[in-house]
Amino acid sequence: MNLFGIIEEIEKVDPEFNDRISPRRDAIKNMSSFGTKVALAAIPFALGDLFKKAYGAAASSDVIAVLNFALTLELLEATFYNQGLAASGLVKDTAYITYISNDENNHVKFLTSAITAAGGTPVTANDLAYVDFTAGGGKNNGPFADVFTNYQTFLAVAETFEDTGVRAYKGQAGNLLGNQTYLTAALAIHAVEARHASAIRYLRTSKYGASVTPWITSSASASNDTGIPQVDANYGGATPENNTTQGGVNLLTLPSIEGSTTSVAVASAAFDEALTQAEVLAILVPAFVNTK
Amino acid sequence: MKTETELINGNVNLARRSFLRYAGAGVAGVGLMAAASSCHKDHTVTPTAGTIDVGSGDPGILNYAYALEQLEAAFYTQVILTPYSGMPTVELNLLTDIRDHEVLHREFFKAALGTSAIQGLTPDFSKIDFSSRAAVLGAAKTFEDLGVTAYDGVGYLVQTPAYLLIAGKIVSVEARHASLIANLLGVSFVGSDQVDASTGLNATNKPSVVLAAANTYLKTKVSAKSFS
Repeated sequence: MNLFGIIEEIEKVDPEFNDRISPRRDAIKNMSSFGTKVALAAIPFALGDLFKKAYGAAASSDVIAVLNFALTLELLEATFYNQGLAASGLVKDTAYITYISNDENNHVKFLTSAITAAGGTPVTANDLAYVDFTAGGGKNNGPFADVFTNYQTFLAVAETFEDTGVRAYKGQAGNLLGNQTYLTAALAIHAVEARHASAIRYLRTSKYGASVTPWITSSASASNDTGIPQVDANYGGATPENNTTQGGVNLLTLPSIEGSTTSVAVASAAFDEALTQAEVLAILVPAFVNTK
Repeated sequence: MKTETELINGNVNLARRSFLRYAGAGVAGVGLMAAASSCHKDHTVTPTAGTIDVGSGDPGILNYAYALEQLEAAFYTQVILTPYSGMPTVELNLLTDIRDHEVLHREFFKAALGTSAIQGLTPDFSKIDFSSRAAVLGAAKTFEDLGVTAYDGVGYLVQTPAYLLIAGKIVSVEARHASLIANLLGVSFVGSDQVDASTGLNATNKPSVVLAAANTYLKTKVSAKSFS
């Protein structure tokens, strides 16, 4: 953490910051007294407390909205895995799926605390009219009707949820630009969701005969590499997964080991793409979830 | 916000005479990227002789990423050139994919940075036994895990939204790589060495920590003094 930078930046807007909280030396001493190995969760809240004491509000409503959007997605994922693990006889790789489930439930707790500490009101299950993982708009008879009775369907939906969650976080990063506390937390959660996505894909292929790679390998004609046609939208959007231009650079013209150009498969897989909040909501609402 | 003219080797306010002495270390690339310079107040840094510094501001962060991608690309290129004993086709295909991704990441940063790019780095893989699956996958896990913590550790320092998004797109794939390598090793893809067991958040590391580890695999050492 660049403490010098943060305190200097605060002083630029509030020259009395030093006196308002406590002598700077004590503030730093209090931080370092957490010990050398501090859980990531502790650091943001320590600084958040300083902000609250100084200004009475820790994060803008924009930031809280982003965190609540993330929390909503985590709530959906946690509920999905909790229901899956509770469905008798469904899950064959209990330890593996439990790793993921634990993370999602921890993300829910973390984001709930973060939003509360920032002065916001966290979304909860009570805010949702229904959750329907069959994608049936609350009637539980959608295209994934056997999601909790057929393990392969469960894994396919899991894969898509994870891939979509990863895209959703990327779409929000810009809204947290420069925000050390919350952008870092969002990136840290995003990385774990990407780990999950990779792990589900690996499980489906290595053990259950699917032919997906741990990364999203698209073609010029198709972004969706899952083999599940119903989820094309999850791999599409304004910047679909088969996009091969980054920062104005046409990736296909860059040299590769093979030669002077790069394939669409490699170019599309090497960069994951974002989904806007609107695109995510269009996928989820009302098929999977709606608010009261 | 005050805009400062910055030199690639770390925002050192050099007199013109000294500028010429450092000109060889990639300083000449005060190009389009460097113009998008930092508004943060940097602290005076002195470059260490023989070390390449990534510079400051967004160009510094992109060069930091470029350095790490160079290392990873070189590693996986070697892995595929001299595959470990008995490498099954499934693993060859997966590791070849990863190689291709890292090479592309490297070439992307090189193209995007243009004259602001740091030089090509010379790796040092003498500690890695490329004939051993355990050694190779162990090193791969280190590189991938490190890469994830590196990107996530500097995200908040990026000032240009487009660069932050690009960094996000890349770290997403590095995390997929990391998970796959863990799977091949038969260890948890979200092990507590990388993912906090109570929050579910991936670890993050600042550049000095990342580069301390990366430099053990580099003949050309890299520093990121303006980002400590």
